[in-house]
Amino acid sequence: MLQLLLFNVTNGLIIGAFYVLMALGLSIILNLSNVINFAHGNFLALGGYLAYVLSPYLGFWGALVMSPLITGIVGFVVERLMIRRVYGRDPVYSLLLTFGLAFILQDACRYVWGTQGLPLTVPAELAQPLSSTLFFITGYRVFMIAIVMLTIIGLFCFLRYTRAGVRIRAGILDLETVAALGVNVGLLRSFNFAVGIFLAGLAGVLAGGQIGLNPNMGDSLLMPTFIAIIVGGVGSLTGTLVGGLIIGVAAALTTMFYPTAADAVIYAIMAIVLLLRPRGLMGEEGMLT
Amino acid sequence: MSTAIGERALDRLPVSRYKWPGTALLWLALLMVPLWVPWAGGYVELAGRALVLGLAAMGLNFLLGFTGVMSFGHAAYFGLGAYGAGLMLKYVTGSTLLALFTGTLLGGLAGTILGALIVRRRGVYFAMVTIAYGQIFFYIAYRWNSLTGGDDGLRGFARQPLGVGSWVINIQNNATLFYYFLLAVFAIATGAMAFRLCSPFGRTLIAILENERRARYLGLPVERHIWLAFSVSCFVCATAGALYALLNNFADPMTLHYSLSGEIVIMAVMGGMRTFWGPLLGAAVFVVLQDYISSITVNWMSFIGLLFVLVVLFFPRGLLGILGQRGAP
Repeated sequence: MLQLLLFNVTNGLIIGAFYVLMALGLSIILNLSNVINFAHGNFLALGGYLAYVLSPYLGFWGALVMSPLITGIVGFVVERLMIRRVYGRDPVYSLLLTFGLAFILQDACRYVWGTQGLPLTVPAELAQPLSSTLFFITGYRVFMIAIVMLTIIGLFCFLRYTRAGVRIRAGILDLETVAALGVNVGLLRSFNFAVGIFLAGLAGVLAGGQIGLNPNMGDSLLMPTFIAIIVGGVGSLTGTLVGGLIIGVAAALTTMFYPTAADAVIYAIMAIVLLLRPRGLMGEEGMLT
Repeated sequence: MSTAIGERALDRLPVSRYKWPGTALLWLALLMVPLWVPWAGGYVELAGRALVLGLAAMGLNFLLGFTGVMSFGHAAYFGLGAYGAGLMLKYVTGSTLLALFTGTLLGGLAGTILGALIVRRRGVYFAMVTIAYGQIFFYIAYRWNSLTGGDDGLRGFARQPLGVGSWVINIQNNATLFYYFLLAVFAIATGAMAFRLCSPFGRTLIAILENERRARYLGLPVERHIWLAFSVSCFVCATAGALYALLNNFADPMTLHYSLSGEIVIMAVMGGMRTFWGPLLGAAVFVVLQDYISSITVNWMSFIGLLFVLVVLFFPRGLLGILGQRGAP
C-alpha cells in the first residue's frame, strides 16, 4: 500500500513537473503579452521532435541543450512575424491566431514525422531503476525532476537578478511606464515569448524521453496547464508553480483510487478554487482579470 | 458628433431603416436553398450544416459581438445540446421536437449555471475559464462509456417524422423537408435574438460594449446583463447543437471539444463579429471551405489554421464588416 502510494505520488510529481514547466512558459507569455498561447503544446511537440532529429548527431545531451534553444528561436520568429501584430487589438484575435498556429504546427509535425509515435532514446545510464524495490524510480525520472527544478530556479533567478528579467517583471506591472523609461518593449516581448517557448521545448524533450513522441503529445497537457494557471492565479508565477504541483499530485492520487475520475478531479479543484478565491490561490487584484 | 457615434453603434442592431432589403434578400436565398445549392455544386445537407453552425456562431456572437465578452467554451453547450437530443431520442422518446427541446434546455441551463460563476471575469481570463469549464463536459462524454458511447460517440438514434395525428411531415428521409425544418427553427431562434437585441436590453448590451465603466456609473447592472447575454447565447448554441445531432443522427464527443469553440469563434470573426448576420456568412464560407479542402488533401488542418491566421492578420473586421464600413475608420 505504501509502495503504491509512493508510486502514485512520484508519478504525480513527475506529471506535475511537466505541467509546471509548460504552465510557467504559458504564464510568462500571458503575463507580459496578454496572449494565451494555444500553440504551446505544439511547440512542446516541436521541441521533442527536434531532439529526435538532433540526437543522432549531438547525442541526447547535446539535443537536450540545442533543441529547446532552436524551438525558442522559432518562437521568437513567430512572435516577430505574427503575434506582435495583434497586441493592442481585441484579445479575441490573439486567441484565434495562436489557435490557427496550433493547427498548422500539429499538421506540420504530422506531415514531416508521421502519425506513428516515435521513441526518443535516453542514455542507458539514465534508463535503469535506482532501486530494486522501488522499481519505478528510474534514473531518468530523478534526472527529469532535477532538470525541472534547476530550470525553475534558473527562471526565478533570471527574473530577479538580470536586467532583462527585472524589465519583464516591471512590464507585467505597467508596460507603458517601462516603455516610457526607454526600454524597447517590442523586443522585450519577443524575447519573453522566446523564453516561454524555450520552456515548452525543454518540456518536449523531457516528455519525449518519458512517453515517446507523437504529433498530439502537447494536447493532453494543454488543458491541465490552463487549470494550473487558473488555480495558481493569473499573474503570479509562484502561483503557477504551486498550481501545477497540486494538479499533478491530485490527478495521480485519483488515478490510484478511481481512475475514471482523474480528469474530472482537476476540474473540480478549479471550480472549488474559483468559488472560494475567484482570482486563484495567489492571483493579485487588478491583474488581467 | 455624439449622435453620429451613437448611430454607428446602433448600426449593429439587426433592424434598421436601410437594412431590410438585405435581410429580405437573405431570407429569400435561405428559402430557395434546395433550388440553387445543387445548381451551385453543393448539396442540401451541406447547406443544413452551414445553417446549423451559422446559428451557433450567431448565438456566440450575441455575447461576443454585442457585449465584447469572449467565450471560448461554447462548444460545450453546443455539444450538450447534441447529446441531450441524442440521448432523449435513443432512450426516452420518439419525438424529434421533444428531443430538440431537451437538448436546448440541457445546454442552456448548464451555460446559465456556469455563467453565473464566471461573469465577473474579463478578457483572456474569461476565455480561459470558459474553455476549462467547457472541457469538463468533453471529459464526461469521453469517459462515461455506458451512457454516451465514449470516444465513438453516441449512435443508434435517428430523427423521427414530425406529426400530429394523421398529419405527418417526413423529415426523416427527405433532405429538403428536413432543411426546411432546420430553417424554421433557425428563424425562431434568430428572430428571438433579434427581438432581444432591439429591446432596451439589447441597447444596454451595446452600451456595455461601447463603454463598460460608463455603463456601470450609470447604475446599469453590468454583470447581470452579461450573464443574461451569456445565457441566451448558450441556449441558442444548444439549440444549434441539438439540430446538429438531428442532422447527423449522431453525437460526437468532438462537438464538445474546445477546438470546435475556436471554429465557432473564427466563423463569427470571419463573417464580421460586429454585425448580426455576419456569423452566418462566416459559417457558410467555413463549412464550404472545410468540405472542399478536406476532399482534396489530408493536410486540411494546415489550411484551416492558415485561414485563422489570414483572417486575424488581414481581415479582422470580417466579410460583412468590410462591406459595412461606409467610410468609417
